[in-house]
Amino acid sequence: MINRFIAGGFCWFARLLTGLTANWIGTEPNKVARIYYANHSSHGDFLLIWASLPDVLRPYTRPVAGKDYWDKGPIRRFLIQQIFHGVLLDRSNPREAAKGLDVMAKVLDGGESLILFPEGTRNQGTELQPFKGGIHHLAQLRPEIELVPVWIENIGRVMPKGTFVPVPLLCSIRYGAPLLLQENESKKEFLTRLENALKALSAQ
Amino acid sequence: MMLDTLLANPVSQIFVGAFALLIIFSAIGAGLKWGIAKGKPHNVIDNMNSRTKAWWVMVGLLAVTFWQGRNAIIALFALISFQCLREYLSLIQTRRGDYRAMLWVFFCFLPLQYYLIWDDWYGLYSIFIPVYGFLLLPISASLGKDVTQFLDRAAKIQWGLMICVYCLSHIPALLTLHIPGYPRPELLILFLLFVVQSSDVFQYVWGKLLGKHKLSPAISPSKTVEGLIGGVFTATLVGMSLWWATPFTPLQAALIALTINILGFFGGFVLSAIKRDRGVKDWGDLIEGHGGMLDRVDSLSFAAPVFFHIIRYWWV
Repeated sequence: MINRFIAGGFCWFARLLTGLTANWIGTEPNKVARIYYANHSSHGDFLLIWASLPDVLRPYTRPVAGKDYWDKGPIRRFLIQQIFHGVLLDRSNPREAAKGLDVMAKVLDGGESLILFPEGTRNQGTELQPFKGGIHHLAQLRPEIELVPVWIENIGRVMPKGTFVPVPLLCSIRYGAPLLLQENESKKEFLTRLENALKALSAQ
Repeated sequence: MMLDTLLANPVSQIFVGAFALLIIFSAIGAGLKWGIAKGKPHNVIDNMNSRTKAWWVMVGLLAVTFWQGRNAIIALFALISFQCLREYLSLIQTRRGDYRAMLWVFFCFLPLQYYLIWDDWYGLYSIFIPVYGFLLLPISASLGKDVTQFLDRAAKIQWGLMICVYCLSHIPALLTLHIPGYPRPELLILFLLFVVQSSDVFQYVWGKLLGKHKLSPAISPSKTVEGLIGGVFTATLVGMSLWWATPFTPLQAALIALTINILGFFGGFVLSAIKRDRGVKDWGDLIEGHGGMLDRVDSLSFAAPVFFHIIRYWWV
């Protein structure tokens, strides 16, 4: 109860700060298990996507967050676990990362959606960085799950890497048309296709 | 009795007039919707009707604010500046090195400018942004250690601050003018708002009715010569008819209205040029039918400082 209240407060603050608008261009906000993948340039990214979702979807949508950052200290741990119900990903060694992928697959099996940032680390707010391979593994594990590109406009300028005071610029979020892993599609082809879909969305 | 006291106040009289106009516009809009569009979707009529609806909200908000008094008026314009500034800076490209300058703009210059107006400190608020802001911002940007397009970036941020904060703050600054024998400076704000905004409305209306010759398709495809002349002329008459609420004679009111209407037109025109350059039609989507806040007040930002100084020079 209190946790939901805190989560609501975060969403309210994020929306107020950024005047957030969400545009569902290529798809509808349906209650099905999906992977939302987005550009990553600030710690506030997943919060913004989360805040832009309809209220009914929010409890069923979980951000995937780097364990190295979010598992440090009691406050961050509380936020990511209790408030945002994040899935923590240990990027330090391949075996732990593989375990994380299994957890994500189970989350999808349970009918919940994931928010992923396939660039891995935050970009500097100018260019999209090449995607990491994890999203391909996940798509191989659950090929029937839709991948929805999500472009967050301006967030890199609200709180650039290494800063803590947000600039109250307006942000908007665009949801594009879902993609599926195709048969016999190589990892490189698949990642390029995901990247291009996101880039195309950014130009709209 | 209540109504008598209410109507004895010129502020209320102007608002009653504005609401009467809105009723007429809403009636015309409803008439067109059923008479010409037969209730079906119609681009021009629907756009006109959603604009009228937004005007109801905006005039209503103004009425409530003016009823609350001086502090509320200053706070309202501080909020309008804030919204304009974020629409402007959200659309203008900035780089990582501009982060600190943007913090200054939002969290220092904007609130301080409005504080100085609240404090009636003319000597400082009239130079605070163009002198101290324009010196401090490039200093701050230079500490960002990024020289790429340095002058462009400095100019973009400073000009945004100028239009959205400095210029617009001259609207509530009218409250600080102490004109002998004229105890209600808030009427000057209403004069400015109603004249310049009616110029925008009538430019739109005349343009839709008679508009043939495009003024400058490269900058603003909807502006026409007929709209401009008709709009400025009609709004000048509006200004003249409001002389009783001002310290001006009818002729002075007309001349001042003409001046601020022409400036208002160019305010919209200049900001359209910026929008064109960025490849967008509107600054935002806050106000239905109008676009963003900055789309609504662009003309005021150019008219306000000149209006302020005309009065300060000849009447104070």
